[in-house]
Amino acid sequence: MSSNWPLWEVFVRGKRGLNHVHVGSLHAPDANLAVRNARDLYTRRNEGVSIWVVPSSAITASTVDEKDPFFEPAADKVYRHPTFYRIPDDVPHL
Amino acid sequence: MDNDKLTAAFDRTVAAEQRIEPRDWMPDGYRRTLIRQIAQHAHSEIIGMQPEGNWISRAPSLRRKAILLAKVQDEAGHGLYLYAAAETLGIDRAELTEKLISGGQKYSSIFNYPTTTFADVGVIGWLVDGAAICNQVPLCRTSYGPYARAMIRICKEESFHQRQGYELLMTMMAGTPEQRRMVQDAVDRWWWPSLMMFGPPDAESANTEQSMTWRIKRNTNDDLRQKFVDMTVPQAERLGVTLPDPDLRWNDERGQHDFGEIDWTEFKQVLSGAGPCNVERIAHRRQAHEDGEWVREAAIAHAAKRTGAMA
Repeated sequence: MSSNWPLWEVFVRGKRGLNHVHVGSLHAPDANLAVRNARDLYTRRNEGVSIWVVPSSAITASTVDEKDPFFEPAADKVYRHPTFYRIPDDVPHL
Repeated sequence: MDNDKLTAAFDRTVAAEQRIEPRDWMPDGYRRTLIRQIAQHAHSEIIGMQPEGNWISRAPSLRRKAILLAKVQDEAGHGLYLYAAAETLGIDRAELTEKLISGGQKYSSIFNYPTTTFADVGVIGWLVDGAAICNQVPLCRTSYGPYARAMIRICKEESFHQRQGYELLMTMMAGTPEQRRMVQDAVDRWWWPSLMMFGPPDAESANTEQSMTWRIKRNTNDDLRQKFVDMTVPQAERLGVTLPDPDLRWNDERGQHDFGEIDWTEFKQVLSGAGPCNVERIAHRRQAHEDGEWVREAAIAHAAKRTGAMA
């Protein structure tokens, strides 16, 4: 089992002006080969102009258990949205 | 939270057409069923490279060879997308490969039939990939996020597979009488196995009901099979081939085609390992895996050495 390659997460920039977006994962022995494998696996039809690979083990995620309380602070602050404010219809450009 | 509450929350999420993501809580049965289904699907893509790969070196033109190479490369890609989706459920790809080559997990029985002429390449694209598309399009809305996303990628690419097959057959049908006979012969051999790809009839399909509730499966086997028949009949007419079923006819009342009884004995035999190519397919996959062992080891050793040199 020692010959199993580690797992990498793959992010692809679809075209200039867009963010890199997570597209999936793959196994590769090192970062260089991960980029090459990602090209062959995830961009066979011009899906990307740039690729990032990150060892899956290097990713820290918010935990699912604390999902609700973790994101709760954003829920009760409706005044952060423009629609919270009532402006008369006859005010232009606002 | 206790199990009942977790289950209720899970059921609500699925019923609301929301996706389940890798780190969410999920029932053990859901995880097990998904691993089995995604692995079987991944194995089918990987084994599915063999029947067509068989013709790469003998394709009749550079154009056909390039197309076939691209298609077989896609099958490898589809297998890898799916293995990656399965791995998000906590199983290792190496373990899945081991289960495939030891016979512990299955793959679609369609790939246990031989490809005896180049017309088979066209018919596989048209019928086998056509049936696969019918099965797979609804899975783009399956409840497990990584699986659904893999299916979206796959479906986009399968469309090329089916069209290249049909185009190949149209070319052969415009050729000599012998070429037309080759196409008809291939259709005769692949039609029934293609219908079997949708799995046993609903009445005998053990997993359908639970899988439909979990939205791992979106349509029943018989519904998808009917849809495939209805889609394929006009394509066969346009191509100028006969589908080998004397009972196949339009039913005005149902607004669908009636078709003959499928030989489920053959299906079970092939599934249980007695098909024409079962042994060969697994032996070939095992050989490829074992032949690649030194490459995997060398690449790891090289990576370790370089990391060591940098430290």
